[in-house]
Amino acid sequence: MARAAFADSGADLQLIGVRKEFPGFTAIDDLDLTIPAGSFFALLGPSGCGKTTTLRLVAGLESATAGSILIGGKDVTREKAHQRPVNTVFQSYALFPHMTVLENVAFGLRRRGIGDPVAKAHEALKLVELDHVSSRKPAQLSGGQQQRVALARAVVNRPALLLLDEPLGALDLKLRRQMQLELKTIQGEVGLTFLHVTHDQEEAMTMADTVAVMNKGRIEQLGAPEELYELPRTAFVATFLGQSNLFAGEIVSAGDDVVAIDVAGRRIAVPTSRTRRRSGRVVLGVRPEKLLLHTTAPDYDSTVNSIGPGRVLDVSFSGVSTSYLVAVPGFGTVTVFAQNMVFGPVVTVGAEVWLSWRVEHGFGLDDDPADLPQLALDSDSEASLDEQRHRAVLAATDAEL
Amino acid sequence: MAIAAFAPTTAGAPQGETKRGGRTALFLLIPCIAYLALFFLAPLISLVLTSFQAPRLYGDIGQYDYAFRWENYADVIGEYWPQILRSFGCALAATVIALIISYPLAYFIGVTMRRYSLAQSLLLVLVVAPFFISFLLRTLAWKQILSNESPIVHALQAVSLLGPGEYFIGSPAAVIFGLVYNFVPFMTLPLYASLERLDSRLLEAGSDLYANAFTTFRTVTLPLSIPGIVSGTLLTFIPAAGDYINASRDFLGSPDTSMLGNAVEANFLVLQNFPAAAALSIILMGAILILVAVYVRRSGTDELV
Amino acid sequence: MSGEGQAGVAIADAIAAPQKPASRRQRPRGGTWVLGVFSAIVLIYLLIPIVYTIVFSFNDYRRTNIVWRGFTLDNWLGVCNAQGVCQAFANSILIAVVSTVVATAIGTAAAIALARYRFRAKSAVTLLIFLPMATPEVVLGAGLAAQFLTAGVQKGIATIILAHVMFCVSFVIVTVRARVASLDPAMEEAGRDLYGSPAQVFFRITLPLLAPGIAAAALLSFALSFDDFIITSFNSGPVSTFPKFIYTAAARGIPAEANVIASAIFLLALAAVLITQIGAAVRRKRVSTR
Repeated sequence: MARAAFADSGADLQLIGVRKEFPGFTAIDDLDLTIPAGSFFALLGPSGCGKTTTLRLVAGLESATAGSILIGGKDVTREKAHQRPVNTVFQSYALFPHMTVLENVAFGLRRRGIGDPVAKAHEALKLVELDHVSSRKPAQLSGGQQQRVALARAVVNRPALLLLDEPLGALDLKLRRQMQLELKTIQGEVGLTFLHVTHDQEEAMTMADTVAVMNKGRIEQLGAPEELYELPRTAFVATFLGQSNLFAGEIVSAGDDVVAIDVAGRRIAVPTSRTRRRSGRVVLGVRPEKLLLHTTAPDYDSTVNSIGPGRVLDVSFSGVSTSYLVAVPGFGTVTVFAQNMVFGPVVTVGAEVWLSWRVEHGFGLDDDPADLPQLALDSDSEASLDEQRHRAVLAATDAEL
Repeated sequence: MAIAAFAPTTAGAPQGETKRGGRTALFLLIPCIAYLALFFLAPLISLVLTSFQAPRLYGDIGQYDYAFRWENYADVIGEYWPQILRSFGCALAATVIALIISYPLAYFIGVTMRRYSLAQSLLLVLVVAPFFISFLLRTLAWKQILSNESPIVHALQAVSLLGPGEYFIGSPAAVIFGLVYNFVPFMTLPLYASLERLDSRLLEAGSDLYANAFTTFRTVTLPLSIPGIVSGTLLTFIPAAGDYINASRDFLGSPDTSMLGNAVEANFLVLQNFPAAAALSIILMGAILILVAVYVRRSGTDELV
Repeated sequence: MSGEGQAGVAIADAIAAPQKPASRRQRPRGGTWVLGVFSAIVLIYLLIPIVYTIVFSFNDYRRTNIVWRGFTLDNWLGVCNAQGVCQAFANSILIAVVSTVVATAIGTAAAIALARYRFRAKSAVTLLIFLPMATPEVVLGAGLAAQFLTAGVQKGIATIILAHVMFCVSFVIVTVRARVASLDPAMEEAGRDLYGSPAQVFFRITLPLLAPGIAAAALLSFALSFDDFIITSFNSGPVSTFPKFIYTAAARGIPAEANVIASAIFLLALAAVLITQIGAAVRRKRVSTR
């Protein structure tokens, strides 16, 4: 039991072969995960992917069907929630409405019998700049203030591990951005290990030093935000974390530097270091902002992949950038983001364009193309322009959501 | 009650203590279940047994032996069928009138007064105020207000609603009047609860979609308040059917208005004909359960309880 | 609108001019007036007998308290002068207090189990708990009396209490269960997460949060028990209760002292409820202006 002692710093968390079954479905399937001490770790995924269940398992609010959970090397799998050196910032904040803000923050300290709980609670409230409302009831605070009280109530216990369950979900966009920065600052100040669960990819990337993308009870990929974004290994990561253009093709040659892939009769190069497949069919991808638009066929250049000609289906202006949907025969509908360096869009709907990207920007996925039925591309050439545009717009809307 | 029956069900929510649920729930429920088994279920069973008892041979009044004398039922139906019919007739009339009176009141408090939360709570206090004062005294108050010498009765006689020499107290109308009075709060509260939850945006959507006030009420408000109507009518009908205070001749009724409840009371407490009282109770309970089951099924609300 | 202590103004406002010309759809209409007037008439209908009862508690009555003979405070000053009324009242209070305590305790436990846990026999248990509310009182009373008769139990205060707990429990469960269901499970999880043992979580988080529901259930239970006549009459034997006193006195005339007791209880209860309601409204207002 972690009683009566503050953790000096964060501890690491280890999940080994954890499985959680609910009647009728498996929420988490054989999960292995290590979170280093002192890190800000984000668990990112769509709703129902098992991320909240993982968090509840770590907190001790659910018990695992199989596997073990270690905090700072100590097995806590059989310990109850109140015995674990872990605190949670709940999605609904779960501030006790019948206690003042101060009593809320001091609650955990009192339960553990830690000396001078009131002074420590005031200190924690000062950290979140809310000491002046310490005598109010939670109902008298705004959403952002309640969020900060919930944070103070957890942080004040100096847990080895702080769990954040979509803590910013209820806040409006502006406040959310502000709280993201604050949370990060506080994490730096207190030096605890933070495990942050969210479905907001931008939030995960801004705040965390390591992000694990979770899908259907499994971790798809884990790494630093830039790494995940620049080199996604699965179609799920490639499309959940930002947007990607994905093409399926056949590997024709695998050299030391590049792997050459035949997509609809065109040779596309991907750096050998950025794909794990060496033969057979493969899905390759490129981010929309890495693509360049050309109004004439670009000259051949071995460091650049180019495709086209295609036809512009849709142009939508969004302030900092403009996004184009381009139908390229054999490649389907390709999304291009272009910075607005000149006034207004450079091409209009119906224009004939070519697309290019630098070889080092492409990536090959680990997925088997047969598992990704949405990449059946051949029907595109026969579909009418309107139909393609409609489908592309729908796809783009989906990606936004 | 088998302990195994308290094992957690398979269809559990992904939250909560599904594992220890069985044992904890059992522990929490045991006192209540034991109590109701002992003082509700067992009495019902002994009521059924009593209803078949036969008078003891050469016994005194009030002495009976266990038997299977189903003729008790035929006897009480033969003797008390007017009371039985009157009970259900009066209860039905009172329920309908109470609904007609309570719905506008509940709508006014729950929907119209929505923006004035203090006024809303104060109006509700007025609705429940009758609960704070003995209902026997309130019913007696009506008896005296509407007594044969009262100006109200003279006025009714003057406009020929009552014939000369006819009086209000002691008539079936007085019994229904008293039942309505006693159960209006029981009707209003559930109606209020369901109307208060009614999202006013739904009404706006109704009028936005070209429905006039009446159509909006008929197609939106009324269907959404069905749960309130069902529980309000049940809370009125069931006690009203078993009531014997209003129909008693010391209160608003006369010997000609007596209801099933009066017959049970007289047989049990005065005549000491326990089998007859028990048989009448079982008839009352059975009829109510059948009516309620049909009613709940037809109104499509299972979420009563 | 109105501040504290202006409840009367608020009601007058509410009934006379219920609409602010705030939004397009909320403009005052004829229908609203009709509804307001109708509601006022229904409320007056509900209140007339109460006013009558209170007024006649001041009547300088002789043998029967039917004709108004003039104002007097004698009935209030010598409540216990009428024979048996105070004894009946004391019995009723004792019965109501004990029944309420027992019914609230076992009902609250059952309500928590029903709202929080899933178990196989749940629908059967739910049926058992709600059946008493669907049973006419005369059947409940006669059934229990038949059982006491068979078992040879002497009727008295104890049998009355046993009967009252039985019908109060269901009402307690309904009231408390609603409160448990509206309780965010994250509250208790937060308690556990913040190092509260199961007992600490129950006594420091769950119970205080359920308190308003439990209090409401206890009040309801008290009111039901105190005012019950039908079930009591079957199971009381020679013991008198306040309703029973009134029922037996009805034939020969109720002493005004009974009106005094009923009026006093009514005024106390009304004052308590009004103070709570207005207090809550004032707090709401203070919160919303923060």
